[in-house]
Amino acid sequence: MNYRGPFRVRAEQRPMPEILHPEDAIVRVTRTCICGSDLHLYHGMVPDTRVGSVFGHEFTGVIVETGPLVTNVKIGDQVLVPFNIACGKCNFCKQGLYGNCHESNAMATAVGSIFGYSHTAGGFDGGQAEYVRVPYANVGPTVIPADMDPDDAVLLTDVVPTGYQAAEMGGIKEGDTVVVFGAGPIGIMAARCAWFFGPSRVIIIDHIDYRLEFAKNYAKCEAYNFKSMDDPVVFIKSITDWYGADVCIDCVGCEAEGNALQTFTGKVTLMQAGSATAFQWAVNSVKKGGIVSVVGVYGPPFNFAPIGNILNKGITLRANQASVKRLLPKLIDHVQSGRLNPKGLITHRVPLQEVSDAYHIFSSKLDECIKTVLIP
Amino acid sequence: MKTENTNIDYRQIPGWGMDIDPDNEPTYPMKNYTGDDHNRLNYERSPQQPVEIELLKSIERPVNPVVFGTTVPPSGLSGIIRRYAFKHSEDRYRHWISLILADRINAWEGIIEDLGKGVFPNILAERGIKAELKYNAGGLAKKVVVAAVVGTLLITYLAKKKK
Repeated sequence: MNYRGPFRVRAEQRPMPEILHPEDAIVRVTRTCICGSDLHLYHGMVPDTRVGSVFGHEFTGVIVETGPLVTNVKIGDQVLVPFNIACGKCNFCKQGLYGNCHESNAMATAVGSIFGYSHTAGGFDGGQAEYVRVPYANVGPTVIPADMDPDDAVLLTDVVPTGYQAAEMGGIKEGDTVVVFGAGPIGIMAARCAWFFGPSRVIIIDHIDYRLEFAKNYAKCEAYNFKSMDDPVVFIKSITDWYGADVCIDCVGCEAEGNALQTFTGKVTLMQAGSATAFQWAVNSVKKGGIVSVVGVYGPPFNFAPIGNILNKGITLRANQASVKRLLPKLIDHVQSGRLNPKGLITHRVPLQEVSDAYHIFSSKLDECIKTVLIP
Repeated sequence: MKTENTNIDYRQIPGWGMDIDPDNEPTYPMKNYTGDDHNRLNYERSPQQPVEIELLKSIERPVNPVVFGTTVPPSGLSGIIRRYAFKHSEDRYRHWISLILADRINAWEGIIEDLGKGVFPNILAERGIKAELKYNAGGLAKKVVVAAVVGTLLITYLAKKKK
């Protein structure tokens, strides 16, 4: 795929990627997804998204070439590739913060590096292509277990780890009430994964009925449409004995709807780095001393956020890009044991050639789309 | 700016370290705290990827990372603006707002680039018109009608004003 400007992408032949570092590998892509966060790029919300870039940070494939220092994978291996590009040697990687690697992004220190996610996230081409360069091939690419469905494998590159980490960062205790904002693929997965930590209630909030219905069935949670309520914060207080949720999780990020001021300043005029409505609701809906977990993507400059309430309520705020490599062993086990069914999220399979239509379907939420897989 | 001399034995400060609680670690289990943070940027690095393109680097780091993306180096007017942006830190609005401005200009440069190659970009196809027609024909028709009505009213108003 080739990004041509906001709301414009197309399929196009490009030169084969090359080994540029002795620890690189070249992967022939077999499956690649469009992530909800790709839509922030597609909508022109992420600074330094250059025309000609290839998006795509969720992909699986086959190793077709390796650099001289690659020892952990070999040509012919079927691999899933975590969306983080991580060296494995810096002090952040060594402590499990693979999403915060210091040795892969020249352009920004505020974010690690992500395949196909603008120059702000490193300027690497992504996996929505036939072939892709994968740096640090000894660290990221993980051989797909022989008995694993390839559709499950591709969702282990981002959706499952991000949803799981969203719940994990919530510090959920047995009996807790957890509210997830956003019923996109990540929100649905966060709601599903929240149950691993023993809450008594999981609630998901969105404004799109078909997604709420899907979430209710897939994640076995309560689902409410904020457009059918006067004030989501008051609603959540009212259903938690006027106490507030124990844990709130923001799985929406910078394109949230539901607050006219946030929408105007964040999405229409870009006076802030996207609309922070979901974050605001999370802070205001959680109990005093509660935990807010953020995995929704926001841009780097700044947002209007209720910091005073975070202070005065004693809220613990936890956030990060998912550390895919850290979580993979546990999540592969959850999938192989049948406890998690990632491929159940997939609603659309589209040839890579039709990438323009695939983006439009996902962006405009046409045809009850939840998750799109592109097949090169 | 000159920094202060920090060469003091902080362990001699009364009470230093007496309330350390290893369990008070809000980043767990995200972070497997090892204390390596105090070694800062002193760790074994892999060999450096050769720099064969123009690479813009954040001024908040002293050297290039070991690997970096080589896609779409800065060029044209948008490139000039991006080079300006990277003279400022990630803390400055002039960094990010310049990059957003560069992105918008870059979209027009992309069209000019296409035309220069003799390719007329099919913008409707790039925006997914085929999917819109297939799944949202009614919505598309509504948008067209609204646009036509608004356009007609605007033209009529402007024509009247001219008279």
